[in-house]
Amino acid sequence: MVKKTKSLNLNFGPQHPAAHGVLRLILELDGEVVEKADPHIGLLHRGTEKLIEQKTYTQALPYFDRLDYVAPMNQEHAFALAAEKLLKIEVPIRAKYIRVIFCEIGRILSHILNVTTQALDVGALTPSLWGFEERETLMTFYERASGSRLHANYFRTGGVHQDIPLKLVDDIEKFCKSFPKIIDDLEGLLTDNRIFKQRNVEIGIVSKQEALDHSFSGVMLRGSGIPWDLRRSQPYEIYKDLDFKIPVGKNGDCYDRYLCRIEEMRESVKIILQCIEKLPKGPVKSIDGKISPPKRDELKQSMEALIHHFKLFTEGYRVPQGDVYTAVEAPKGEFGVYLISDGSNKPYRCKIRAPGFSHLQAMDYLIRGHMLADVPAVLGSLDIVFGEVDR
Amino acid sequence: MIENLRKLESIINSELSGKIKKSLIENNELLIEIDQKDLVETVQFLKSDEKCKFRQLIDIAGIDYPSEENRFVLVYLFLSHEKNTRIKVSIKLKIDQIINSITKIFPSANWMEREVFDMYGIKFKNHPDLRRILTDYGFKGHPLRKDFPLTGFNEVRYSEKEKKVIYEPVKLEQNYRNFDFESPWEGTNYLKNIKELEKHGKKN
Repeated sequence: MVKKTKSLNLNFGPQHPAAHGVLRLILELDGEVVEKADPHIGLLHRGTEKLIEQKTYTQALPYFDRLDYVAPMNQEHAFALAAEKLLKIEVPIRAKYIRVIFCEIGRILSHILNVTTQALDVGALTPSLWGFEERETLMTFYERASGSRLHANYFRTGGVHQDIPLKLVDDIEKFCKSFPKIIDDLEGLLTDNRIFKQRNVEIGIVSKQEALDHSFSGVMLRGSGIPWDLRRSQPYEIYKDLDFKIPVGKNGDCYDRYLCRIEEMRESVKIILQCIEKLPKGPVKSIDGKISPPKRDELKQSMEALIHHFKLFTEGYRVPQGDVYTAVEAPKGEFGVYLISDGSNKPYRCKIRAPGFSHLQAMDYLIRGHMLADVPAVLGSLDIVFGEVDR
Repeated sequence: MIENLRKLESIINSELSGKIKKSLIENNELLIEIDQKDLVETVQFLKSDEKCKFRQLIDIAGIDYPSEENRFVLVYLFLSHEKNTRIKVSIKLKIDQIINSITKIFPSANWMEREVFDMYGIKFKNHPDLRRILTDYGFKGHPLRKDFPLTGFNEVRYSEKEKKVIYEPVKLEQNYRNFDFESPWEGTNYLKNIKELEKHGKKN
């Protein structure tokens, strides 16, 4: 006698706490084994690319904060670099250092969130409570530089909006001295934890070839043993003058990816300390008056400055015709901006390459044959943030 | 860096002679333009050739030029980890033209092509699962086409009366105004339009 079996369809999300946002995952289950996963995305689609086409370059920048909202400045960086490449302008050296400091702070912000929520998804509550305290400190750094904790809007084409307060540098340094201890504490809770290892080791294994085929980048690629980091292989800003290591995994499972993220946080701390040590003096944005707005005190005295100010905040600057693709190593992987200008003051097309998009795409292949309980573990280690996946 | 790109350009041009319509290096980036029927072959070559080794597809970007005969342009961005280079491959196509999917060569093209289909309405042949991806269930139109209005057509809200989410045509207190500051001396376009309307109104 043949027994007929029927697979069960299960809706995971869009309101599930382990879905890390608004993911609707339709799972086909045979008992507890996942046979197929079909992620439905777009529930947070805001039409960022369409909106950017209607805005000047200055106005387009804040939209990048709202993509991967746990590491806002890294996204801004990609857009600023793209516009600078088209305009062919040089960024002052101090601005480069400030940018790198804040990008690395963004990396720590993102990795703390990911590591601790992944632990939360597999049952550990404490790491997230400890981690979020540190995130709060880091976000006050954001606030002191840019005026807001999350949506910074701090980078500009040709530099950063304004110089950072003197005391801030000391406080960041103090934080960098104390933070490795916190990473040790987090590791003490997780790295050798039996439950954490049981849930993560040999789960969601990605081989080298598959990581390439599925367009993985960042930790997803390095976790599988491919030593590829854009900060090292295609260096931008001042990364080639800095001394840092690139942690690479061996087995390509969720646990290796967790270890990579922990190590990357330590490296980021080192990078920030080096930048603080070397931080040069000077202007923080391009001195080209046709691109960066004049200082406030000039505005009161110089007619020319007033005209420039008015023109820059109404018309904006025009960007020469052409197309560029620039990518930065965002915490989640390669974040790229493909910018096409038609010579006017607004981008003709701005395609945003979000790393999470291709990572989530591989969900079906990663989870096939795993148990239902592995879904949150794999999803957590993909490091998905819906702001950037849905755009 | 730039020499490597030049070398790569000449290799591709000689190996794929006849298929390359145009190739240029701009802003330190190599762009080749090919005919849409040669797409699969070219991509296969770029992936497998020893001198190219573009083993990762980074993204597929669609661009809309409504005034041109070949309205859409697709740009495929590839990355080679071994050679540490990038390449852009562009194809031009008319509206309603169907092009070949490259999901067989790069599995990650699946969602990228779905996104292009969703945003521009370009159809792909041999795609395993060509559905909309980012827009709402039952959405109509292709939002990234230049003739699609920024405000869209429909809006949703929760209706207390019907106890469900309902769709209605967009109703705005004030219409979206696209300020055109590009030539401030003659006045912006929308002001010019109003002035002209007033002139006609007075004459009538």
